[in-house]
Amino acid sequence: MSLYGVQKILYRINRDRELQDQFKADADAAMAGFPLTDEERGWLRDGEIGELYIHGVNGQILMHFAAFLGLEWNEYIDAMKDGLAQHGQVKGGLYKVVDGGSGGAV
Amino acid sequence: MALVFAGICSHAPGITGRADRADPELKDGLYAAMDRLRLAMEASKPDALIVIAAEHFANFFMDNMPAYAIGMGEEYEGPIEDPDWLNIPHTKIPGAPDIGKRIVSEVMQTVDTAYAEEWKMDHGIMVPLHFLTPRYDMKVIPANINCQGPPLTPLHRAWAFGEAIRRAADAVPERIAVVGTGGISHWPATPNSGKINEAWDRDYLDRWTRNDREALSAYTDEETLRDAGQGGFEIRTFNAVAAAAGGQGDIWYMQPIPIFAVSCTVGVMDIV
Repeated sequence: MSLYGVQKILYRINRDRELQDQFKADADAAMAGFPLTDEERGWLRDGEIGELYIHGVNGQILMHFAAFLGLEWNEYIDAMKDGLAQHGQVKGGLYKVVDGGSGGAV
Repeated sequence: MALVFAGICSHAPGITGRADRADPELKDGLYAAMDRLRLAMEASKPDALIVIAAEHFANFFMDNMPAYAIGMGEEYEGPIEDPDWLNIPHTKIPGAPDIGKRIVSEVMQTVDTAYAEEWKMDHGIMVPLHFLTPRYDMKVIPANINCQGPPLTPLHRAWAFGEAIRRAADAVPERIAVVGTGGISHWPATPNSGKINEAWDRDYLDRWTRNDREALSAYTDEETLRDAGQGGFEIRTFNAVAAAAGGQGDIWYMQPIPIFAVSCTVGVMDIV
């Protein structure tokens, strides 16, 4: 797990339109040069928001990436909930869920 | 000349991006308060607006994360987010490189701020500007505080940063407005988005209105995370405004709006 590398490429994608276009055209080429595992490449390539959330990607970074992927707000929240249902609590970082994810508004 | 205006407001992306999902009465009240803030700021006739905001990884990452950064670029752009998602079109924002450089130089007398001649704005600055400078015709000096990637700057240093901004604004011949945008309690970008600790928020704003330096600086990050969520770390921006203005605050609007993820807040503070 190279969470640093995952967050670094997401940070770059979120703010760099050229990299966004490259990622859309050829995700694997865009990811070349970043320290990522094959599993992480799959999460990024497939837009697995739930997996990325559970593994500790900062929420602001992930929220921007979800918007880039075109996820509508409820879809984005549901994707995180699906990750929680599958794996349990977020593994690290500031964005752990509280009260089992209750109290939200969609 | 001087600091001529000090205010605070929320910046949650839902305020624009999910505007149609909120209670219309609450949304209209918030929008009216933001417009009132715009009119008050314009009446102070500022030459430039310093926005004290929270960094959300729009400009900096953990390869080099400044506690404080001030923009002194010619021009900025935003939002970095999908414009349809935020419901704010992509645009250019005029900077104030000369004023910014002088502000940075003076701030550095007491606070080792980073500076940047390039800057991309996310919702943290774009949402306030959408209401406060809707024609994007006011020179903007972004000033971000790292509220996302621990270790975070201590609250007493955020206070010192606000004091440095004040001293710098008073040292330049131009008229400077400052608006802080952040917190208060919220659990953004999680399934808890919409959870709000209204009692905590009202207590915090009471401390802010009284400009009680000791009380505003008393929170530990552990307490804030527990009681106000990771979004609560953004009180650093409001605290910095209190330090810069020095007077008593007046909250013009404060209502929890869960679909916007936060107690939406608009206020001003006397400059003394």
